[in-house]
Amino acid sequence: MATKQQQLPTLATKVKPFQLKSEKPIDWCPGCGDFGIVNAVQQAVSELGLVPWKVNFFTGIGCSGKSSQYLQAYGVHTLHGRVLPYALGSKIVNPDNVVLAAGGDGDGYGIGGGHFLHAGRRNVDITYIVFNNEVYGLTKGQASPTLEVGMQPKSLALPHISQSINPLALAIAAGYTFVARSYSFDAKHLKQTIMAAIEHRGISLVDVHQPCPTYNDLHPKEYYSEKVIENGTEMPRVYYLDDTDYNGVVADSTDAEAVNAKKIEAIERAYKREERIALGVYWKIDMPTYEDRLQSVIPALQGTSPITIPFHDEDMIPTTDLSYAYEEFLV
Amino acid sequence: MGVITDTSWMIGGPQGSGVDSSATLFARSMAVAGYWVYGKREYHSNIKGAHSYFHLRVKTTPVRSHIDPIHLLSTFEDSTAEIHAHEIVAGGALIYDPSVTKPETLEMDASVKLFPIEFETIIRDLAEELGKPAAKLAIVKNTIAVAASLALYGVGLDVLEEALKGLFRGKKAGLVGVNLAAGKKAYQVIQSVEGWDTFAYRLAPQTNKPEPNSRLLMNGAAACGIGKLKAGCRFQTYYSITPAVDECIWLEQQTEYGIVVYQAEDEIASINMANGAAYTGARTSTATSGPGFCLKAEGIGWAGMNEVPTVITNYQRGGPSTGLPTRNEQGDLLFALNIGHGDFPRIVVASGDMEECFEDGFNAFNFAERYQTPTILLIDKALANSTQTIPKFAEKHLRIDRGQIVGAPESFNPEDPATGLPKFNRFKVTESGISPRSLPGTPGRIHFLTGDEHTEYGVITEKPEIRIAMMDKRDRKLHTAAREIPQDLQFKLYGPEQADITIVGWGSSKGIIIDALDELKAQGVTANYLHIRLMSPFPAEKVAEILTNAKKTMIIESNFSNQLAKVIKMETGITIPHHVAKYTGRPISQCEAVSAVQEVLTKNSRKVMLSCGH
Ligand SMILES: Cc1ncc(C[n+]2csc(CCOP(=O)(O)OP(=O)(O)O)c2C)c(N)n1
Ligand code: SF4
Ligand SMILES: [Mg+2]
Repeated sequence: MATKQQQLPTLATKVKPFQLKSEKPIDWCPGCGDFGIVNAVQQAVSELGLVPWKVNFFTGIGCSGKSSQYLQAYGVHTLHGRVLPYALGSKIVNPDNVVLAAGGDGDGYGIGGGHFLHAGRRNVDITYIVFNNEVYGLTKGQASPTLEVGMQPKSLALPHISQSINPLALAIAAGYTFVARSYSFDAKHLKQTIMAAIEHRGISLVDVHQPCPTYNDLHPKEYYSEKVIENGTEMPRVYYLDDTDYNGVVADSTDAEAVNAKKIEAIERAYKREERIALGVYWKIDMPTYEDRLQSVIPALQGTSPITIPFHDEDMIPTTDLSYAYEEFLV
Repeated sequence: MGVITDTSWMIGGPQGSGVDSSATLFARSMAVAGYWVYGKREYHSNIKGAHSYFHLRVKTTPVRSHIDPIHLLSTFEDSTAEIHAHEIVAGGALIYDPSVTKPETLEMDASVKLFPIEFETIIRDLAEELGKPAAKLAIVKNTIAVAASLALYGVGLDVLEEALKGLFRGKKAGLVGVNLAAGKKAYQVIQSVEGWDTFAYRLAPQTNKPEPNSRLLMNGAAACGIGKLKAGCRFQTYYSITPAVDECIWLEQQTEYGIVVYQAEDEIASINMANGAAYTGARTSTATSGPGFCLKAEGIGWAGMNEVPTVITNYQRGGPSTGLPTRNEQGDLLFALNIGHGDFPRIVVASGDMEECFEDGFNAFNFAERYQTPTILLIDKALANSTQTIPKFAEKHLRIDRGQIVGAPESFNPEDPATGLPKFNRFKVTESGISPRSLPGTPGRIHFLTGDEHTEYGVITEKPEIRIAMMDKRDRKLHTAAREIPQDLQFKLYGPEQADITIVGWGSSKGIIIDALDELKAQGVTANYLHIRLMSPFPAEKVAEILTNAKKTMIIESNFSNQLAKVIKMETGITIPHHVAKYTGRPISQCEAVSAVQEVLTKNSRKVMLSCGH
């Protein structure tokens, strides 16, 4: 099956980021990394020229989950851990909308861990942004699945004794077709990464390092802007994969062996132990989406979508002819 | 010439041995012959080996239930005769394989007629004639057992041929010949047994034969699926579970209609994906059974809070926990009425027969979209897995109701994107409680959804006055629904208006009790049946009126605690004094229903417990 080009619904005149701010006053703590992420989403939607009412923004529950209330687009604040099922269900029935999903690390990698894995297998064309602050912000700072073993942010009674997961490696293994890391106060990189994720046709994960000044005192904003000593030289903590010779993009997705080799390389990169944090695209591959595969097994969906197949006339009389369905039962 | 107009036939065997296909062939044959058929399927939660059986009743007039005695037991292996021979009535018959079944060792009435069939010999002969290996033909055992039964009932070979053609179509058409040849041999064997044509349960020929292809032979799961298709359902999610999976698999096969059936990673994903799709504007449902229904609680509450039209079909099976996974129960009524924390409106409909499964499957989407609230369909396993001959469903009266969906406002100017941005009061407080809904993608109607309490625009709020306005608004939808839903979809009184006793029931009890009314009449009892179909909003006033005017009332339910009796008490304050309950997981038979009514009438029993069926 050939991979198709991404076709986004765009406007002739782009809306400005300020037009994409909703009226609702934001109630995050001062200095919270979440502000940066919502700003970047507004900027990305604006810069891509997306039709705002065709943007459907689904979020989970947590501080991060409130984001859907702050973007002037169709916003759906779902349930704790369930943002992906909502986003997938919506996109499958109406592929014409641009579907964005977002939520916390507890939401996505913890309670929603099952959905996180299985969403990879399907490759529905959505963009998923995870606010990775290593804590459960909204319930006052308990450990999230990305908090490393031995760590003890001030909100924890005891040092953390469970291992952390590696979301990037997990996503690559699960079948996500675009996997990137960014940082909430790197406005430019974050905006560009989100734009690339939206432009990618298939499921994209953008894991965003997000300081939570209220509960996570281990990794505040200052931690990210600190210099670290590497090989005797002072280097910025945060750097870009684009500035290295690592390239996570699969050139030819039909070459199974090359794809596997690249996948292993990408997982290895995601596991690299270093004091520094590498932002950028760890893995990208163009593959048929779930929507494409559906059309190949359900011919009635070709050139249309579940939501557009008519089922009644103007007088609201159902137009579905049941004779095909009846056939096996007739006696 | 037979005189019997009502007979009961059973076939059984280890799971995986073809019991289902035998039963389907038998039922089809009887339908081709013009009879009416009702068949119940009983099986274990096991794939191969455990005993399963199909119990079919054949009548010259429409039939909706089973009876306990067996008139003809057809077997092709040893276990079925051992388990069921004692249920054969005096003068009934047993078809068996003499190489594995020794009738003298069976606990069985001495007057049961014996019809030995040497299956192996028939298959060997057939293999020789066709030049095929005998091992490849083992499967025709089922056809032999069915053909032998048809012969005994006095049904012609031409009927078997017609039924085989109906069953093996398209790529499978090649199988008709072999099976027919095997069937012929079975007829010969039966007709060589002395006295075969005086079998006491030989059927009266059908004089009032319905037009060929004017009826359907189907089960409740497919009936509900067909209703959903007619309604324009375009997305159904599920996570595999018995017995809900039958409907899902059937729907998945209907590729002509463009319906997407999605096997999710779990039931939580299923309900929440369904919510996402229903919100987006596709007619959407999810199907599950007990354990999966439990997992959907939070998602159903979200749909209630966000006024999203998700349809949930819950196929009830024996609970609690894994319970009796493949058996019948009407045990989820109270749960369905209360699923999810907090108070929110939900519509709950319990279907009573194939026609109701179809109609409710259709109407569920209308209810969900008109009242913008989750709609739960309750179907019990006995309905889901029973096959029945029914007239083709009436479709002419059906109309689609999508409720209030609004498009772009007039103020929207495609040249000016700013005009597409204004917010929309999706949750506008109205008298009916119903607010106009816009689908994502519509310009000028942007709004938010959230499981938190929210304003008219969907913005999170904790203000007490808004909380009150919103709770009241959502609740009003249920009152609107109670006023608008046609009464015949809410409940129905069957039988004479005035009766010695009024029997109350729901779900699959409907067919059984309606059949029992005739039998009771023959026994000199006038009874009527109050069938309750709409459980929420509950038709309290009308039900109270009927119960208050009744001479005597009783209730028959397939659950432990008589859940409908509790609902009636809660909704009307009326206590139904006589409870009949069955919770063995086996459906109630017509005989059981009749004797329960007699027991209530003669002994005034407060509680009658039923336990027939293996
Ligand atoms: C089913 C369920 N369990 C628990 C909660 C309570 N809860 C609300 S937010 C949250 C954790 C939030 O952490 P995270 O997802 O990392 O988001 P953050 O607040 O850090 O952005 C929890 C456990 C809930 N809302 N629902
Ligand atoms: S608790 Fe942490 S994550 Fe939540 S708003 Fe405050 S700073 Fe942000
Ligand atoms: Mg978090």
